[in-house]
Amino acid sequence: MRLMAVNSVAKALGLDAGLALADARARVPDLAVHDHDPAADANWLDRLARQCGRYTPMVTTDPPDGLLLDVTGCAHLFGGEEALAKTVAAWLEELGTAVRWTLGSTAQAAHALARYGMRNDRAMDEPVAIRRLPVAALELDSESELGLRRAGLKTIGAVADRPRGAIAARFGAGAILALERLLGEAESPLDPDYRQPAVRIARRFAEPVANSDYALAVLDDLVAEAIVQLTQRDRGGRRFEALFHRADGRTRALRVETGLPTRDPAAIRRLFDERIETLTDPLDPGFGFDCVELAVPVTEPLAPSQPGLEGGHEPGDDVAELLDRLSTRFGRDRLHRFIPGDTHIPEQGHIAVPALQSAAVMQWPMPEPGEPPVRPVQLFDPPEPIDVIAEVPDGPPYRFRWRRKLREVMRYEGPERIASEWWHGSRDPLGRTRLTRDYYRIEDAAGRRYWVFRHGLFGREKSDPRWYLHGLFA
Amino acid sequence: MRESAYILSALRACLADHGSGSVRDDASGLMPLGHAPLDAYLDGGLRRGQLHEIFAEDAEDGGAATGFVAMLGILAQGGDGSQSRRKPLLWLRTEDAQRRGGRFHAAGLAELGGDPATLILVTVPDRLALLRGAADALRCAGLGAVIAECWGHSAKLDLTASRRLTLAAGQSGVTALMLRPGGRPAPSTADTRWSVRAAPSHPLAANAPGQPAIGLTLLRRRAGPAGKSWRMEWDRDRRRFREAEPAPARQPAVSGALLPLPAGGQAADLRSLSLGA
Repeated sequence: MRLMAVNSVAKALGLDAGLALADARARVPDLAVHDHDPAADANWLDRLARQCGRYTPMVTTDPPDGLLLDVTGCAHLFGGEEALAKTVAAWLEELGTAVRWTLGSTAQAAHALARYGMRNDRAMDEPVAIRRLPVAALELDSESELGLRRAGLKTIGAVADRPRGAIAARFGAGAILALERLLGEAESPLDPDYRQPAVRIARRFAEPVANSDYALAVLDDLVAEAIVQLTQRDRGGRRFEALFHRADGRTRALRVETGLPTRDPAAIRRLFDERIETLTDPLDPGFGFDCVELAVPVTEPLAPSQPGLEGGHEPGDDVAELLDRLSTRFGRDRLHRFIPGDTHIPEQGHIAVPALQSAAVMQWPMPEPGEPPVRPVQLFDPPEPIDVIAEVPDGPPYRFRWRRKLREVMRYEGPERIASEWWHGSRDPLGRTRLTRDYYRIEDAAGRRYWVFRHGLFGREKSDPRWYLHGLFA
Repeated sequence: MRESAYILSALRACLADHGSGSVRDDASGLMPLGHAPLDAYLDGGLRRGQLHEIFAEDAEDGGAATGFVAMLGILAQGGDGSQSRRKPLLWLRTEDAQRRGGRFHAAGLAELGGDPATLILVTVPDRLALLRGAADALRCAGLGAVIAECWGHSAKLDLTASRRLTLAAGQSGVTALMLRPGGRPAPSTADTRWSVRAAPSHPLAANAPGQPAIGLTLLRRRAGPAGKSWRMEWDRDRRRFREAEPAPARQPAVSGALLPLPAGGQAADLRSLSLGA
């Protein structure tokens, strides 16, 4: 086992990443060690990046332990570039993180200066500072780096002075690209993780607000402001996101979604109330909220309408609003609409889509006139096994036992044979065994109608096929 | 092949718009079922904007009760056979109902003459959520009917809960259907209470089971006498009930030599009998 990372105290004691744990323990016997958890680290970094959204929308993570912020056009809001950097650094230090920051004219330069320049400052003369960096700043593989050093090239400046062709010939085009990016000669654009939503409004408080009712009242104001912005653009929101930034750096997000674009503040507020009611742990202000933010990430065109002049309410309107409310309360995966599935396998005969999502109405095939219903309204999942007595093994059932009661078959129709969909290969809906099903519609002496099937063709697929009850007819 | 099925069904829906013989809504707020003696007994039909409770006579009649509620829902959607004018149908089920009654199968609703595209299925975690959701949905006048399905007996389904549903339904005019397979009738403000059982159908050619037939008993009715039973059939093509044709004499479907019952099954039953005694 080796050390993956050390804090400043450990570093002062002479430990460093890469050292074997046994060696480290020999040097510092009471060393506190924790298991390396890269997923948790990535998660934390991701959360920090999201929080940095309050400084600039252009944030990207620089794994394993870096954040790149493009502060172009944002710095003046915080009193200049250096003041902004110091604000971010102070905030991160408050969270207990060791921070090393720098400002650079390109993302690559900032990255290299922060990691290899070892200063919490803005370089006085950036090109000179970059030329002074060790060749490790190129971040080539260890062999190439060793090669550069053996050739006597210790700094970026020394490498940059050499003819590029000679370096490319020995270390590959990748080395040249890394060098040019670092020197600002090749482009190294930032790819921000978080897109700016169409509408984003924030309200910052001078003092943290410990009253969540007040925070919600502020949210109402923000909704009203967002509606004004949406009206100006003739758009309606499909998704609304309220972010409550707490003073201790945590953010509580409330998200609501509507099936149709809306600009109705009362409806939006009702959805937020519905969402707050369903929270398992209430909206806890902790030491207070210092910022409330409202974003409308998804908008759709919505022409202005005047219901009073245009003859009242749209008929489908209140149904859509009801679906929004129920989806918010129960979760969007509990409200379904059905569209026909292109398969004969009964349990996959429909595709259930969330009611909020579906827009297109698909036509269901109408049944043949004059025929009785051949599919039940509800299907047992999984089908219930039954004991069947049949005259011949591949014939219709004569009597069967379901739920410990014997039933005589009075009438039957079948078999309706449903075979596997072999063209799906290993993703066959009937599973790996691909047993053919023979369905029978049967009626017993009491008049109850059942849908049963024999699982597997007798003789060809199975010697003793099992029987199952799949559903009950009306 | 699939595409042509869709085109055909669209054309049929178009035709249904013209020569439609299905039950028409009248302005009186009554929903005729199409079965003449029953409609006469109910003074014209089921009342819209009211709560109607449907029980299964036996837990095994759950299929018949579910089918009956689906048929009432289809009737309450209206639209005179044209699919575009049907009002949406909201079906709320508890997770427990899904476990015991089976998963909803949209093709089965289409087979009864309904349009699954106008159905919204809501699966709720428990009975309290079911009642809250149903009460909210009933306030929404755009719906055709609200079906609330829950299995077994519960103290939550009391007089207060049903009063809430009745009030909400009365304000909006939306019909509330409470499906309670495996439940026991308890005092409620429901307008009617029905008990449903499966009935032998009129056989088709080759002794095949025919159109859905059900036996219906009116257990309770707020506005008049109750206690009568009817047998009726569902006419899928005209989307209405009709009087059932009497079933002819019955004989077992298969005749001839038989295999004996598996010994294990018999023994298990005898054991349970002796335990029960």
